[in-house]
Amino acid sequence: MDSAILSLLGAFLLSIIGLFVFIWSLRRGLLLENSAAASVIFARGEIGRVDDPALADAAHDSMQRAAKEGGIEVHAADAAELQDRIESDRSSAFPVFMFIAFACFWLLVGSLAGLTSSIKLHEPDWLTQQAWLTFGRIRTVHLNAVLYGWITNAALGMILWLLPRLLRTELYGAIWAMLGGALINTGIAAGIGAIAVGWTDGMEYLEIPWQIAIFIFAGFALVILPVLFTLVNRKVEHLYVSVWYMVAALLWIALLFLVGKLPGVHTGVQQATTNWWYGHNVLGLWFTPVSVGAIYYFLPKTIGRPVSSYNLSILGFWTLAFFYGQVGGHHLIGGPVPGWLTTLSIVQSIMMVIPVIAFSINMGGTLKGRMHLARYSPTLRFMMFGGLMYLASSLQGSFEALRSVNQVVHFTHHTVGHAHLGAYGFVTMVLFGAVYFMMPRVLNWEWPYPRLITLHFWLAATGIAIYFVGLSIGGYLQGVAMLDAARPFMDSVTLTAPYLKWRSVGGTLMVLSHIVFVGHFLAMALRFGPTRAGAALFWSNKQQELAHGK
Amino acid sequence: MENEVKLVSGAMVALAVATAALVVMPYMEVRDIQPPPGLKPYTSAQLRGREVYIANGCVYCHSQQPRDRNFGPDLARGWGRASVPGDYFYDKPHLLGSMRTGPDLFNIGVRQPSRDWHLGHLYQPRAYVPDSIMPSYPYLFIVKDAKDAESEGEQPLALPPAYGPNVGQVVVPTPQALDLVKYLQGLNHTYPVLPPVPKP
Repeated sequence: MDSAILSLLGAFLLSIIGLFVFIWSLRRGLLLENSAAASVIFARGEIGRVDDPALADAAHDSMQRAAKEGGIEVHAADAAELQDRIESDRSSAFPVFMFIAFACFWLLVGSLAGLTSSIKLHEPDWLTQQAWLTFGRIRTVHLNAVLYGWITNAALGMILWLLPRLLRTELYGAIWAMLGGALINTGIAAGIGAIAVGWTDGMEYLEIPWQIAIFIFAGFALVILPVLFTLVNRKVEHLYVSVWYMVAALLWIALLFLVGKLPGVHTGVQQATTNWWYGHNVLGLWFTPVSVGAIYYFLPKTIGRPVSSYNLSILGFWTLAFFYGQVGGHHLIGGPVPGWLTTLSIVQSIMMVIPVIAFSINMGGTLKGRMHLARYSPTLRFMMFGGLMYLASSLQGSFEALRSVNQVVHFTHHTVGHAHLGAYGFVTMVLFGAVYFMMPRVLNWEWPYPRLITLHFWLAATGIAIYFVGLSIGGYLQGVAMLDAARPFMDSVTLTAPYLKWRSVGGTLMVLSHIVFVGHFLAMALRFGPTRAGAALFWSNKQQELAHGK
Repeated sequence: MENEVKLVSGAMVALAVATAALVVMPYMEVRDIQPPPGLKPYTSAQLRGREVYIANGCVYCHSQQPRDRNFGPDLARGWGRASVPGDYFYDKPHLLGSMRTGPDLFNIGVRQPSRDWHLGHLYQPRAYVPDSIMPSYPYLFIVKDAKDAESEGEQPLALPPAYGPNVGQVVVPTPQALDLVKYLQGLNHTYPVLPPVPKP
């Protein structure tokens, strides 16, 4: 037998073993619907109460009335449990604020760099005098600033805020998490500076020089320790599904980063497979589980109804864990890599349909009859948009991995559009929604200008729609032109020009939305804007949340 | 504690399977591959040029992996035969790339051997390819008075008239530009590769 058959057999056996482990771990209660586990996110008596801290009192009341019209009974929530939740929120407030503030900063830096690189693709003689502004560098600054600066910081902030809530305990070792955050952001700032001056490790998604990556890895370790400590000191029996997704994702990203950045180990073609093992797992085993976990918390919490099938959500978790890790090879279809590797990745990419459909069925069931609440709740609007885009981008990704489709869209802007549908339409929109929900609890202050939230949503949603549609069409045509030997290569460049301009239009709307968002965040943090009557919450005023019944 | 153990161990097993498939097994498969006889190691000037290529992110628009003819007309476009793992023996880091906003460069040294073309094209791509969207790289060049350049023994660029600097001035390449061009000229993987010898 040659090595290809042996390795295929090995992968097959490992998958089977994985499947048995999965069945073993779920054998108790696999077929029983366990609504107790799904209700962990609510205090006793709280089910039926809508909850969106991003709303002012009056708007909150009308949302509750709209929910009542759907025939929902409301009881008084258990005061002691609500008090516990306030304690949980308080224990995490400082590190959460730190991570979200860093995230907002990097979002602005990253999206301005992104818009600059987008414009450069149709104005190639614009800003060419400085080396750091050349396309190859500013594009990489954009990628690292949004991936590590924005998404990773916001995700870490959200994890640190959600875990104490979900485990009904306080955040242990908050100061270590903050130290970790300082190290991570030092590393990101240094890494982006290094890329701008031309010091890079040269691999996509792994550009930050490994010497600087040590800071980031140490930072991750310092965040993981308090998370694990909080986990073992939990006061609930059931681990809610968001905890599964988020804790696993945190462990995964730290190890992925460690292996991907090990200096001197990887070379040649093997380095390329490692590169894409890492590159796709950053999305698959870090951004996706964190964002899916967030939807599993915020969406049911906002509408006051437990997620419809808890077991389906756990099934989604384990299938994602086992299939997603192996899809990275589809980035090398047709490349100089062993054939079994790309085949394996194509198979697992298609298998990813399972967790995506499980998630979508579950969310559809949970939302049934309550979709109208999105008219009231900004958090719900962002979460629903993100969830839909998860479905869209994952299905698109599965099909892009097929050889016939890949042959056309590989090496084109189509893939760039797909990446943005996932990282922006899905992940970033979910994170926006989470920030809108969390910050009033973190800062004990209401969002000063609720209309800005609506403006932000529509600017961002329109922006990503223009961006995605434009690049998907342009990239597809580019791929078709490139495959046609009768057409000169330059055809594939010139025909994309109008679509690249549309991308800049979409990108401009997205940048505008970020300016609105970060400006609003600053106004809130610095206590600008109208003082909200009845909600001028300060640390001493513990009873405020109880008074609102939240 | 049972749930925590399941969570952590399950997550680690999933990651281990993925790592075994995409990192460890390719490592075992390609670690013994020898460079093809026709492949020359990079010279130090080429290695410096490769660093310039990496630092300026050329890889984000140019792939270095021509494909088999049933995957696209790469051969017909003159980009070369499909690459094999041995071709990348000296590549640290790999520069396979994931975009073809511009053409594949794995054999650009054969397709376009002219030093002057490369230097001029880096200074202003649109002087040679009218609709190109490649950035110009003026920071890899210095504009000097023609007299100064002559007295210093510099070799100025021969640019098409409409794209040159002001009258009395010339454009001279920096050492980075010269190294980068040496790297590009050296990109030649047209030597034959033989299929592996069948095992007896």
